[in-house]
Amino acid sequence: MGLARLAPLAIGAFLVSVGAAAERGRDGHVGIIYWQAPSILNPYLSGGTKDLEAASMVLEPLARFDESGNLTPWLSASVPTVANGGVSVDLRTVTWKLREGLVWSDGSPLTAADVAFTAEYCLDPAGGCSQLAKFDDVTSVEALDDLSVRVTFGVPKPYPYGPFVGATSPILQKAQFGDCKGARAPECTEANFRPVGTGPFRVTEFRPNDVISLEANPHYRDPAKPAFATVTFKGGGDAAAAARAVLATGEFEYAWNLQLAPDVLRGMRTAGKGTVVSSFGTLVERLVVNLTDPSPQRGETRSTRAHPHPFLTDLAVRKALSMAIDRKLLVEIGYGQAGRPACNVVPAPEIYASKANDDCLRQDIEGAKRLLDAAGWRPGPDGVRQKNGVRLSILFQTSANAVRQDFQALIKQWWSKIGVETELRNIDASVFFGGDPGSPDTYQKFFADVEMYANNFEGADPEPYLGSWRCGNEPRPDSQWQGENMPRYCSEAYDRLLAEMAETGDIAERARLAKAMNDMLVRDYVLIPLVHRGRVSAHARSLGGVRLNTWDSEIWNIADWHRIR
Amino acid sequence: MVEAPSGRRFRERHALRQFMRHKGALLGFAFLVFILLFVAFGPLIWTIDPQFIDIRARNSGMSLSHPLGTDQLGRDMLARLMAGGRASVAVGAAAMLLSLLIGGLVGLLAGFVRWLDGPLMRLTDLFLALPLLPLLLVVILLFRDALRAAFGPEAGIFILMVGVMAITGWMQTARVVRGEVLTVKEREFVVAARAVGVPEHRIARRHVLPNVLSSIMVSATLGMANAIITESALSFLGLGFPSDFATWGRLLFDATDYLQQYPGRVLWPGLAISLTVLSVNYMGDGLRDSLDPRARAR
Repeated sequence: MGLARLAPLAIGAFLVSVGAAAERGRDGHVGIIYWQAPSILNPYLSGGTKDLEAASMVLEPLARFDESGNLTPWLSASVPTVANGGVSVDLRTVTWKLREGLVWSDGSPLTAADVAFTAEYCLDPAGGCSQLAKFDDVTSVEALDDLSVRVTFGVPKPYPYGPFVGATSPILQKAQFGDCKGARAPECTEANFRPVGTGPFRVTEFRPNDVISLEANPHYRDPAKPAFATVTFKGGGDAAAAARAVLATGEFEYAWNLQLAPDVLRGMRTAGKGTVVSSFGTLVERLVVNLTDPSPQRGETRSTRAHPHPFLTDLAVRKALSMAIDRKLLVEIGYGQAGRPACNVVPAPEIYASKANDDCLRQDIEGAKRLLDAAGWRPGPDGVRQKNGVRLSILFQTSANAVRQDFQALIKQWWSKIGVETELRNIDASVFFGGDPGSPDTYQKFFADVEMYANNFEGADPEPYLGSWRCGNEPRPDSQWQGENMPRYCSEAYDRLLAEMAETGDIAERARLAKAMNDMLVRDYVLIPLVHRGRVSAHARSLGGVRLNTWDSEIWNIADWHRIR
Repeated sequence: MVEAPSGRRFRERHALRQFMRHKGALLGFAFLVFILLFVAFGPLIWTIDPQFIDIRARNSGMSLSHPLGTDQLGRDMLARLMAGGRASVAVGAAAMLLSLLIGGLVGLLAGFVRWLDGPLMRLTDLFLALPLLPLLLVVILLFRDALRAAFGPEAGIFILMVGVMAITGWMQTARVVRGEVLTVKEREFVVAARAVGVPEHRIARRHVLPNVLSSIMVSATLGMANAIITESALSFLGLGFPSDFATWGRLLFDATDYLQQYPGRVLWPGLAISLTVLSVNYMGDGLRDSLDPRARAR
């Protein structure tokens, strides 16, 4: 009898304790360090991963990729497909259904109008939207009712998961960004720095290029999440300091993208405070060749298609530059287990990876020399090859970090062997990837002959990524230097393949086209892939729930992070 | 008339003796000479190219073929230390000389020519308010390409750095010199010289300048130390010279990632910077003691 009377009490106590354990903000504070500091929290105005990922804690898309690359509904109730009726049979329209009861962090409801507005915002031609490739072929986005939104494409869209999918294309609040369209977009500092979102956290303070303070979003849809009450997202410094802060000193609990020499990382790991996690996605470290003339004499039209490059327009030169590189050695020096030699711009997923370019794995200095000889480039008195008074002298820029610097030094030596002179330039990563149209040192402006950085694509479909190199997508003054076509590549054949892919639904056929485009880029040597990189990050042993994702934002599931006691 | 040369010789000998008595100054001087010889003639004896990559020999410790070991790409550390010293010391010396020239001239003019005093000192205040590092960053951004086209990447940056350091480094010298000139100008021997009709420029050259030389010397040494440190700071930030061009600051920057595994790589350039700066400072200290007429009386 006593027991029977006690049982409800015991159950009650149990429920209370569970309730306490699953309370929002129960685990206090978590510190995240990104060694590139975010400069803006609006993904539509920045191509930088640091900005996208910082924003992903606040702004959310309709669907996301999980850590194995599968599409997962996020703000939508389900992922629309032809089978569930969400995608029309002619492949031209997609209807997304929002989850019910979603509210922004200011308490107002999220509706389909916000989704439609987001498209309008990015598609504004005066805005220089960085994620325009995600909205390729979109003709209209309209709210059908409060919870459903229809995206209409001008062509059949076999892979319609571009708009509103992944960290690059989250939903903006119409009330906040309504007055910020077009040319006014960069001027809305308050909105760009403190966007209202639906994510697990909201910004309390944003200091550009330094630190973001966030607190748990009181209106987040899951009352038990996030486990952390506050987040400090520290940016800046360098990869070594970030790794040390997590692995050796424990000042921070998560460090992103630890591009460090393998033995350096190994040394820090011995302190035992943290775990190094890695995973291979589509990240490829590459050289980008500038097909336009970056010389300062060109003034305003510097590095634009108005002036072709004096010697890098010669295929033989570009090919020789690639042949002189020993990719295996680069991997060994720079990445160890976290990298493998790359010959393709699209290295994954498996079905899209071309096998046609594997001859790049062998370094061929003699072959490169013969190639240059045959093209008429003869060594001058100082050993640098020249033709008609043009010397093969290259300005090679990259962001400042130890591995890239070592790569630069190695590549410079290989190129000097084939008679190409190289001058190296390092630019602080926050500036190089910052996208500030006022700075001459951004990777978009590309005021150099060759640059090196890594890039990848989100999700499992390479079409938008391959769309980066279409004619007209190059950064130039009238696009506020936004755009992804860094080499200023322009090929009709390439654009035709792109158009064909945009109309092809069959997955095998799509794979064939993607491979063909990859091969074009690689065999035209406008992109010279070096290393297929795994993402290496580190988290404290006490931080649970981290599922390293190379297909979306790395901190995509921060709502599930918790402290292990 | 007959007394003058021997008096001067006496003064010189005395100054030298004073200097020799200052142990720190002597040590500093000796070390500076050693550093200068090391960076000037070292590369003639140790002929390995500081930029040559011998990838198989990377991360090797001290050995006969690489007395200070190699870095993470197999470049010889000794050769890099010498090449780096050349750049750092050259930047330091050039910036020091230039700022000395500007500062000395401004100070002398301000102290000697009354109507120039006000404007020149306000100008000095103006320059004192300029922060060096941000200014350098902006200047590098603005003029890098033009200078690079005219003089090549390394010489262009060299001119840029030395120029900016000189422009932002002369104010201390100018102020100190002006103060000294103002006091010396009123001393009896100057008044006497003026009374017998010695022209002003002669007074400046023969009577005032030698008396303020000690403070000029001291600020010169401090200026050089400052310039070396500024160059190191810039290279440490990844700015300034191209990344494969060795300077002491750049060597230090490259080595910080390997601080735990290969502390020697930080140690050598760090030691070179600190000891050079220290020795220059000590030397300045000794020079002041030996050249200052008031200190001599003690």
